[in-house]
Amino acid sequence: MGTLLAIIRRDLSLVMRQGSDAFVVLIFFVVTVTLFPLGVGPDPLILQNLASGIVWVSALLSAMLSLDRLFQTDYDDGSLELLVLSPYPLELVVLCKCLVHWLTTGLPIMLISPVLALMLNIKTGAFLYLISSMALGTPIISLLGAVGAALVLGSRRSGVLIALLIIPLTIPILLFGVAAIQAATEGYSASSPLMFLGALLLFSIALCPWVIASSLRQVVS
Amino acid sequence: MHRFANPARFMRIAEPILPWTSMGALAAILLALYFGIFDSPADYQQGETVRIMYVHVPAAWMALFTYTVMALASGSFLIWKHPLADLSAQAAAPIGAGFTAIALVTGALWGQPMWGTWWVWDARLTSVLILFFLYLGYMALVNGFDDSERGSRMGAILALVGFVNVPIIKFSVDWWNTLHQPASISRLDAPAIDPSMLTPLLLMAIGFKLFFISILIVRIKIQLLKKRIRSIQLTN
Repeated sequence: MGTLLAIIRRDLSLVMRQGSDAFVVLIFFVVTVTLFPLGVGPDPLILQNLASGIVWVSALLSAMLSLDRLFQTDYDDGSLELLVLSPYPLELVVLCKCLVHWLTTGLPIMLISPVLALMLNIKTGAFLYLISSMALGTPIISLLGAVGAALVLGSRRSGVLIALLIIPLTIPILLFGVAAIQAATEGYSASSPLMFLGALLLFSIALCPWVIASSLRQVVS
Repeated sequence: MHRFANPARFMRIAEPILPWTSMGALAAILLALYFGIFDSPADYQQGETVRIMYVHVPAAWMALFTYTVMALASGSFLIWKHPLADLSAQAAAPIGAGFTAIALVTGALWGQPMWGTWWVWDARLTSVLILFFLYLGYMALVNGFDDSERGSRMGAILALVGFVNVPIIKFSVDWWNTLHQPASISRLDAPAIDPSMLTPLLLMAIGFKLFFISILIVRIKIQLLKKRIRSIQLTN
């Protein structure tokens, strides 16, 4: 347990000291969302209908940007090998790395999304559902993204490859995330899409670490 | 099974099979086209466009079947490290992508007159589109490494991860209320389709499967020969 906390602390401080990386993702998210009113026109009604989709799609795309550095730096400086060779279960180590990734990208995106949704004129009743769908959905993006990051480690054009591999797999998150917000704005119960998101989250917490760990072992071997 | 993982033995078995499967594929597809175009009735509701189904449905079956083959081959490659399993997964991917593309395109051609739209974002169509992206992603990943051995291992893991999509595609028409109609052949009771229409459909399915086997053998053979050429070049 202490080791895992140490890994989390190490990764967090690495991200904090580099600083710019996590910040860039957030800026990209804000800029992408800002592009939509300019692209589809400032009509408040159109923006209101599109708001949930715009916020979710932009969140997905910005998360993709941050994924290639998830294991790359550890791979470059050799600490990945030590993590794989260490006696601690690699699955748990990997889960910690995903947690750090979420804390530094998913969480900021989730926290800033209501402000952007407000600028897109989203209905006030939808805020709670926006936050809760983001809270359930962004960790799944980190977990699936880590699968992609582990798979493309050491390949050419790894950044583009991650997006190509992971975006198709994240489509269910997008569907249920947007469905929850839409249901809330149209007055239906948002509980079933949220439950689906929760199920997906549990499913990926249970399975993704194994996939990530096995591909990292293949990388090191 | 392990006995057949030997490339030389595979070549000895596959070589004589190849002419039979390729001629069989040609015959079955031609027969299916004859029955489908000339010797089957037009549907009372869909009219002549029902004939598109004789290509669309078998292609969609093959899209799922090929991915399943890929996932099984990738799994056995990861577990037993059979080089032949990896070769067959890699050889199957472009064929599967081709069948998926055929299913998507024929579906759109059928959807335009029948549903009045080329494309709807329902669960079946979207999940098949994802399958198409998975095939493309797999091929990009396998070829994305300078070290081809590593590419095959990573591709194998991806193929297994992507397999979650296959049951979703199969059951999407039952789980969600889709515009795409539910299964009419693989049901517990008798197929909900007239024998005159079932004949071209099944013939086409058999033809596609034989075609798949033939192309698979040819592609594996090419890869084996390439490997042999490389090892000869290395020794000289």
